[in-house]
Amino acid sequence: MNAPITLRADGLRMVFNRRVIFDGVHFALGEMQTLLISGRNGAGKSTLVKIIAGVLTPTAGSVTVSVPGSDGIFGVRSLLGLVSPYLALYEEFSAEENLKQIAAIRGLPYDRDVAHDLLRRVALFQRKDDPVRTYSSGMKQRARYAAALLHRPPVLILDEPMSNLDTDGVAIVREVMAEHRRDGILIVATSDLSDVDRFDERVDLNALR
Amino acid sequence: MRSGDTRRWLRSVAGIFLKDLRSELRTRYAVSALVMFVVTTIAIIMFSLGQEAAPAEVLSGMLWVVIFFGAMSGLSRTFVMEEERGTAMTLQLLTPPSAVYFGKLLFNIVLVVALNVFTVLLYLFLINGFVIRSADVFVLTIVFGSLGFASAATVIAAIIARANTKGTLYPVLSFPILLPLLITVIDATKSATEGVPLAEAGGVFQFLISYIVVLTTLSYLLFEYIWKD
Amino acid sequence: MALRITLGILLTLVLCAGIGFPLSQNPQHWYELPVIPGLEEKARLIFFHVPTAWLSVIAFLTGMVFSVRYLRRRDPMDDLRSSAAAGLGFMFCILATLTGAIWAKFNWGSFWNWDPRETSIFVLLLIYGAYFSLRSAIENQEKRSTLSAVYSILAAITVPFFIFILPRITSGLHPGSKGDPDGAGPVVQFQMSPNMRVIFFTSLFAFTLLFIWMFQLRVRAGKLEMDRDPQQAS
Repeated sequence: MNAPITLRADGLRMVFNRRVIFDGVHFALGEMQTLLISGRNGAGKSTLVKIIAGVLTPTAGSVTVSVPGSDGIFGVRSLLGLVSPYLALYEEFSAEENLKQIAAIRGLPYDRDVAHDLLRRVALFQRKDDPVRTYSSGMKQRARYAAALLHRPPVLILDEPMSNLDTDGVAIVREVMAEHRRDGILIVATSDLSDVDRFDERVDLNALR
Repeated sequence: MRSGDTRRWLRSVAGIFLKDLRSELRTRYAVSALVMFVVTTIAIIMFSLGQEAAPAEVLSGMLWVVIFFGAMSGLSRTFVMEEERGTAMTLQLLTPPSAVYFGKLLFNIVLVVALNVFTVLLYLFLINGFVIRSADVFVLTIVFGSLGFASAATVIAAIIARANTKGTLYPVLSFPILLPLLITVIDATKSATEGVPLAEAGGVFQFLISYIVVLTTLSYLLFEYIWKD
Repeated sequence: MALRITLGILLTLVLCAGIGFPLSQNPQHWYELPVIPGLEEKARLIFFHVPTAWLSVIAFLTGMVFSVRYLRRRDPMDDLRSSAAAGLGFMFCILATLTGAIWAKFNWGSFWNWDPRETSIFVLLLIYGAYFSLRSAIENQEKRSTLSAVYSILAAITVPFFIFILPRITSGLHPGSKGDPDGAGPVVQFQMSPNMRVIFFTSLFAFTLLFIWMFQLRVRAGKLEMDRDPQQAS
């Protein structure tokens, strides 16, 4: 996580079912920079998040994430961590089993100590061996954070970071965000504009249809 | 791919395969349903045949009918499950499409081979008049036939899963693709009941191997278009 | 325009010749067709049955080519072309199956026998059916285009098997199957006299022009529909 990383988007345009969701999205981020994606519900925030994360191909434009030496068949997957309401974990497995399998599917070794620290940090350590389907929605959200952070990605993308979380959960997320701002790239998509001034760049989808 | 990448990719394929396997062993949805399906289908055949001695061609064909519908019941699960649970995007984030394809192909191979071995044993045991005279031809037919099933059925499963269609489309789409395989293995099974020696039946296995190779390669090349949005 | 005129003339000629030319034991005049033992009047069907079967395969391959192009360039027009070709192919396939079944009834006694060529045309019918079932099951346009393109490419690899390999490895009723000493390809060559050959190949050519013309019409009509209502499922 110490190599200089840049993430840029050029001319992103998304057309879905012949409707233009957004057009002309540009931004460029370097280390320790943050981006806020704002817009009302349905403006396309989650769509843009998916494009940045690489799971959706835009109609036009491109997203480039570069870190020296990061090419290869896994592409930028190791560099990104995503938390989103659309991201599902495997509910028949426990949180720790999910983390183990996620590491294996990433092709990375599983470090049990790192994983346990992470589970403690998101206050799931007590329930780490229970199947995810028994979790409350807040716990599931916190489990998503554990899954996103396990491989220590330099880029963290959060889509509605506080959804389903109680005050304790929110505090955990604020701490995660603060720490990530210090040495990585943080992208937050939300309709909640209370922290808008703390971001370096902003993409307002309300204006980009 | 550099060597570090290859090792990582292999670990990923293994990871996907093991996850599907563990999930299956834990919930045991598919296995019990499939076993019951095979038992029921063979029972129905037994009752339909009654005391009649059906000729070897018919019995050979019926075996593969059971195998076909067993495959249709079980081989789509690995992809459909990801779509139903919403974990397809999770997989997309973690690993490249090629690893997903081979991991799930591996799972389907294990599943179909296990299911077919069970089906064949039950069939041999219960159906009168089905006698294998060339065991080597028969065993090879079952093995390569199962691999062929896996290679064709996996990619079609991916298509219907991504299309979010009802399961009824799965046999409709699979049947034309599997038909060359079916015709060949039914014929080979019939030869096995007649005692045709392995040397004579060699052409069949050449065909089966090329079918497997062509389908797997084509599926691998096309998979990324199916998988990515 | 030229296409339509040529097409009209050729098809009229073929129809007249195919249906109207008299049969005679010893054809002396250019307009007399030979009597082929066992077929006689029924031989006329060859001018229509073989071209429709030929077109159902050509249409499918055309559809596949456009499918490949669509996957490369994601141009909705390529998907339109692919499905237009497939639609025509489906229609010709049904015609080929029906004309074949009629021929089978008159020549071999029953409408359907599972002869390898019959099986092949039936499988092609199934492939078309599957292709359109898949298309109608997907609402999202991009997904529909992509997945049906993938399926048509997958299905295309079975076609060579049915056309070339299967008829040779199993014996069958059609001329050109195993057991037929002349062992011809998909275009059957039994004892056709030169003037029959002319009519036959003209028919083949005329039907191909027919396909091209109908294809162009469908693509144009489809483009208009697409412009008017973008979400039209096809």
